[in-house]
Amino acid sequence: MKAVHYLNQFFAGLGGEEQAGTPPTRLEGPVGPGRGLQTALEGVEIVATLACGDDYFAEHEQEALAALLDMLAEIAPDVLVAGPAFGSGRYGYACARLAAAAAERGVPSVAAMHEENPGVAAAGAAFVVPTAVNVAGMRDALPRLGALASALASGRELGSAEEEGYFARGFRRNYAADKTGAERAVELLLGKLAGETRTEAGGDLDRVEPPAAVADLSAALVALVTEAGCVPQGNPDRLPSVRAQGWFRYDLDGAETLASGRYESVHGGFDVTLANEDPNRLVPLDTVRALERAGRVGRVHESLYTTTGNGTPVVVATRFGQEIAGQLRDAGVQAVLLSGT
Amino acid sequence: MLAKEIERAGIPVVYVTSLPTVATMIGANRILRGPAITHPFGLDEKERGRIVERALEMLETDVEPTTVWEIEE
Repeated sequence: MKAVHYLNQFFAGLGGEEQAGTPPTRLEGPVGPGRGLQTALEGVEIVATLACGDDYFAEHEQEALAALLDMLAEIAPDVLVAGPAFGSGRYGYACARLAAAAAERGVPSVAAMHEENPGVAAAGAAFVVPTAVNVAGMRDALPRLGALASALASGRELGSAEEEGYFARGFRRNYAADKTGAERAVELLLGKLAGETRTEAGGDLDRVEPPAAVADLSAALVALVTEAGCVPQGNPDRLPSVRAQGWFRYDLDGAETLASGRYESVHGGFDVTLANEDPNRLVPLDTVRALERAGRVGRVHESLYTTTGNGTPVVVATRFGQEIAGQLRDAGVQAVLLSGT
Repeated sequence: MLAKEIERAGIPVVYVTSLPTVATMIGANRILRGPAITHPFGLDEKERGRIVERALEMLETDVEPTTVWEIEE
């Protein structure tokens, strides 16, 4: 089986910082730390090393990725290995972005770096093996990196992050446990009493602290956002009922209510009969307008933001959230009433 | 995810949903349990008024991460 190894200019022996502007280059066989990595691989041969200057990648990411992916496609390896990058931010980011892009194209990919390297968060569906913060950790890192790379190349189904030694990627996989939930819960409890705290429900550790309360709602600009698929009657922009590819912004034009016959829900995940009798049941514009007149809230933002929260992958929904958040922030919105179903 | 990303921009969000467990898992912070999937803001204006008022109260309250409120308390 074939592996391709990615290195920066320094580890590829092309030079130090003065060579950081080097564009993507293909070298034959293992180079630098690739020699050590080769001895840690089982049944896998490093056929080529791709190298790129850290600055070049950072400043020309699209071009660098395109060139590297072309080289990769030509070789068609069974696995891509990137790094180790240790604590180096630019190098770690380049490793992660290349590994993520390769993984997206179906090439099993693994990078290696320190847990605080910003690349860890940029690796997408690629695997990342933890290393020490600097190159002193090379000897320790290569066997672990090699073992995971060999497993990936072999096509073997990987175990959990903990078992295989990579950073949890935030995916959950169902499995049949040997013991019932009650037994496992008691074991965790006994472990905790003995001073060892473990969990089966780790994973998404990306938390956002709750923003502070709105000090004065009667002076605040409040926006209505929904995942319930509310659109103008007839769905002019064809918002899908499932797996939405985007979100839409509709000006309310000062409407007092989401009137039946003027708005409808196209959400495919629930029976919309009740919602379409009165769309305010999903987005309470009538009530919020009344509160606006009564001075309970300052002003209602002029637009409704809508999408269908139904079968949308997390990464896509996150993008919708970021895009909508940007518009709300630019509009000076101070509070959001979001409805989901 | 919309709730989390909008809050990341510093704007407080009250997320009205009848699936607060899912909302908690994704990391929404101000979660108000709506009465039903098909009508999170209730069926009639009176009920809707109560739910919206409760939602506004939640926006006016500093909360711990992933706090869930019920409509009647």
